[in-house]
Amino acid sequence: MSTAPNDYLLHLADNAVVLGQRDAEWCGHGPILEEDLALANVSLDLIGQARLLYQLAATRIGNGATEDTLAYFRDDTEFRNYTLVELPNHGALVGYAASDRDYATTIVRNFLYSALMVLVWDALQKSPDADLAAIAAKSLKEARYHLHHAADWVVKFGDGTEESHARAQAALDHLFPYTEEFWTPSAAEDAAIASGAATDVRTLRAAWDAIVADTLAEATLKRPDVRGYVPEGKHGRHSEHLSYLLGEMQGLARAHPGATW
Amino acid sequence: MNTPALKDWPLWEVFVRSKQGLEHKHCGSLHAADAAQALHMARDVYTRRQEGVSIWVVPSASITASNPDDKGELFDPAADKIYRHPTFYEIPEEVGHM
Repeated sequence: MSTAPNDYLLHLADNAVVLGQRDAEWCGHGPILEEDLALANVSLDLIGQARLLYQLAATRIGNGATEDTLAYFRDDTEFRNYTLVELPNHGALVGYAASDRDYATTIVRNFLYSALMVLVWDALQKSPDADLAAIAAKSLKEARYHLHHAADWVVKFGDGTEESHARAQAALDHLFPYTEEFWTPSAAEDAAIASGAATDVRTLRAAWDAIVADTLAEATLKRPDVRGYVPEGKHGRHSEHLSYLLGEMQGLARAHPGATW
Repeated sequence: MNTPALKDWPLWEVFVRSKQGLEHKHCGSLHAADAAQALHMARDVYTRRQEGVSIWVVPSASITASNPDDKGELFDPAADKIYRHPTFYEIPEEVGHM
């Protein structure tokens, strides 16, 4: 049986836990109660995916590794997530910004990420790594819902009022360049492809482009023209935002190692 | 939380059918911009603990409700007509559970 390299499992897990943490920042602050619950559900799905992947990786790594040591006791440079998912829930702040949380940014990010993950999980549910395939099959259903939820809002924002359109387009312009990272495999991804346990994400690009094009057309939003800089979060080279996110996420576990409640 | 959406978005009544249930039961209401979104939100608000396998949403404005003041004339006359209850019938053994 070919098994996926642990670094690849951590890449998938780190994406999920970091985005889960970002989305969770809305908990109790959602634009309306119903949406607050909806986004918290997305967040809990992502954290659930991360737990399964960390548990699998911990079993394979051995040496006392647990899901908690992997999530709470690795530093930012050891995290293998896309830079996209660690960015704050806002773009460049302007003087009239009413808050440092912008729902368009959160929604557009969830859209770009879940459009990729429905394809990745769909491919991985056929992986010869049976444990990973099982996690992928479960995660696929959740990712489909996340995509549906986010795409609905992208259309409502884009094809909504003048302000909602402008904010959705601004979020898209801000975030789209970070999707370049999807298409440049890291060493962990190359190893996963070579093991036969994972699909080359580059083969999913046309399908991702089609999902994005369909939704943006309906939303009357313009796909930004992107070229140049490719972020390297999955190589462990992150933006300045990840260490603050981890500071908040890991602080309690590090202050009280091994605590239970 | 900001409240403008609560003014602008219509109210929807949510009905959920549980796995064992044969009928959809009213379980609450929520605000949503349109029917499709109301379904999504109903899923997130009312079926998070595996309560259901099917959801209906209905615009609250589409429901015509009886006036509580009419309770007397509508419902009280039924109070003394116990013969309408099927408890007076002997059910033959072979019919089984009804």
